Amino acid sequence: MEILTKVYAKTFKNWAADKPEVVVYSADLTSSVEVDLFQKAYPDRFFSMGLTEQHMHSMAGGMAREGFFPYIHTFAVFIYRRSYDQICNSIAYPNMPVRLVGFLPGILTPGGITHQAIEDVALMRALPNMTIIEVGDVTEIESVLDSVQAVNGPVYLRMLRGEVPRLFDASEPFQFNTARQLSTGKDITLFSSGISTEESLRAASVLKERGVEINHLHISTLKPFSDPAVLEAASAARKGVITFENHTIVGGLGSAVAEVMAENGVGRKLTRLGIPDTFAHGASRPYLMKHLGLDALALVRAVEKLIGENLNIHEEDLQAVRLQAVHSTSKAEAL
Amino acid sequence: MTNSPTTTETWQTKAQRIADAVRLRVLDHVLKNNGGYMSQACSSAETFSALYTKIMNLGPSVSPAVPPPFPGAPSASNPHYFTGAGYNGAKAPNLDRFIFSPAHYALVLYAVLIETGRMSAEGLEQFNKDGSTVEMIGAEHSPGCEVTSGSLAQALSQATGIALARKLRGESGRVWVYMSDGEFQEGQTWEALQLMTFYKLDNMGVYVDINGQQCDGCMCDVLDIDPLHTKLEAFGMRAFSVDGHDLNALAAPAELPRDGRPLIVLAKTDPCRGLPRLQSRAPKLHYLRFTSPEEREGYAQDYAAMTNGGK
Repeated sequence: MEILTKVYAKTFKNWAADKPEVVVYSADLTSSVEVDLFQKAYPDRFFSMGLTEQHMHSMAGGMAREGFFPYIHTFAVFIYRRSYDQICNSIAYPNMPVRLVGFLPGILTPGGITHQAIEDVALMRALPNMTIIEVGDVTEIESVLDSVQAVNGPVYLRMLRGEVPRLFDASEPFQFNTARQLSTGKDITLFSSGISTEESLRAASVLKERGVEINHLHISTLKPFSDPAVLEAASAARKGVITFENHTIVGGLGSAVAEVMAENGVGRKLTRLGIPDTFAHGASRPYLMKHLGLDALALVRAVEKLIGENLNIHEEDLQAVRLQAVHSTSKAEAL
Repeated sequence: MTNSPTTTETWQTKAQRIADAVRLRVLDHVLKNNGGYMSQACSSAETFSALYTKIMNLGPSVSPAVPPPFPGAPSASNPHYFTGAGYNGAKAPNLDRFIFSPAHYALVLYAVLIETGRMSAEGLEQFNKDGSTVEMIGAEHSPGCEVTSGSLAQALSQATGIALARKLRGESGRVWVYMSDGEFQEGQTWEALQLMTFYKLDNMGVYVDINGQQCDGCMCDVLDIDPLHTKLEAFGMRAFSVDGHDLNALAAPAELPRDGRPLIVLAKTDPCRGLPRLQSRAPKLHYLRFTSPEEREGYAQDYAAMTNGGK
């Protein structure tokens, strides 16, 4: 599997080259959120905001009124938790085209509770006018920006940085509000987002070997959530539906799928995998994924429960889809 | 307008006539509706009047004299939404912009728009009526409003974004912000001031109603913010403290050549100015609601005296 680094940094810099109306607001995390290449290339369109997240959002709303497109860059947690009021009143209510690019979502940061954005999708989903996109791989990072820019209103973009795998063929770019079919099958329908898709792929081949058919859809647009493929896939599941996300199970992908199923009378069992309504703490990504049930084995156990069978799958059976370079120069998880 | 202007009157005479009419109109509204933000009109009438008649370079209103009803919340699928900015004139590179922050002063702003010929008196009849844009707490669809500022301190930041955009485009027009002193208790205000000075947004000018009042009473008891002037200067602002009822003093700082620092004018005001009866309610001046027919009658007599006796 191809693993690339600084994908967002290069993509965004190149994409913004011919867009003078695109400006960047950065909150003192410029290289940590991969907007340093943009800063070097277009210093006149780069605005350092220091640690003023509340002000920054309102200011972006004001500048957007004047025809600019502010791209706010900081850690996901600093985008919404401290300054939700400003997002609501200065950006979402007037439907301003401000783009909130949040890095290190969920347990991707070892920074602990203060740095882990675990309920961001829930809060953003509750805001009228907000569009929410979460990328899952290199191809999506490379191809998402045109779709973001096309949205008439604010966008929250849950972004990946550092070493990122290419899970999807480069010839199949991101498509707005369109689920990405990764496998077909009649037993279980699986909806995954973000890094949980990579984790799902880890379990996929083993589950297939054991004879479990998975209808797997990768979700990258979390709001709006109106792709008919979601309802169709949920309805077709014989044994049940699973959602899998790097987020609390309250209010995110799992809740969005539950709403679609309930409103359409889809009488299937739904298992929501994700952070199980608890706070995490500062630790490594692999540790937190295992500890909180965000890893491939957690998915296997959820499948076993729904089909009522012990598949006799163990940690060592789950092949490593992702291969990390030993001597990494990128900051995969560091602050 | 309530009174007919004469061609020979000075701007000061005109501005004072408008300020007096604003107090009178707000008192009339309060009498008819058994309540309203009265002290805010008393404190801010001259500042608003100076802004609209002398300080700001605005074009004539481009919005309907009678405000249209609420067109539905803004969204990608609502092409009918509008803001109240048109009452402050068209947007043009050379023209100024007015960003209104203390949304509960909306009644005063509406009265100012009426007295300056930007809105019809009929419009005020829609105040706080269901389905109307002439809301009690103004939002960006309300006459004279351009941003949604009811969560205090967000207007200054939004104005900063507008000012930065205008600076990048090389526009000569300025961005004026009207604030209340209570907003300086909000942390966001100080974040905004840091960015205003860091980016040298001297196309911004802020007028602050230093009436010393907030909902719970005197700011000196709720949370004192003094020495505000000193703090602002320490933050790099070009600060002036003036008598908020002295029209010349209010207008003078805006005449100075710009020097790279954002301008801020602290207008020290009397929340009972022109209506001494209000003092009996001190320190609770935030909202006037009559507690007895006798109290209301007292204010009605004041109204009659103000109407007959000029000032």
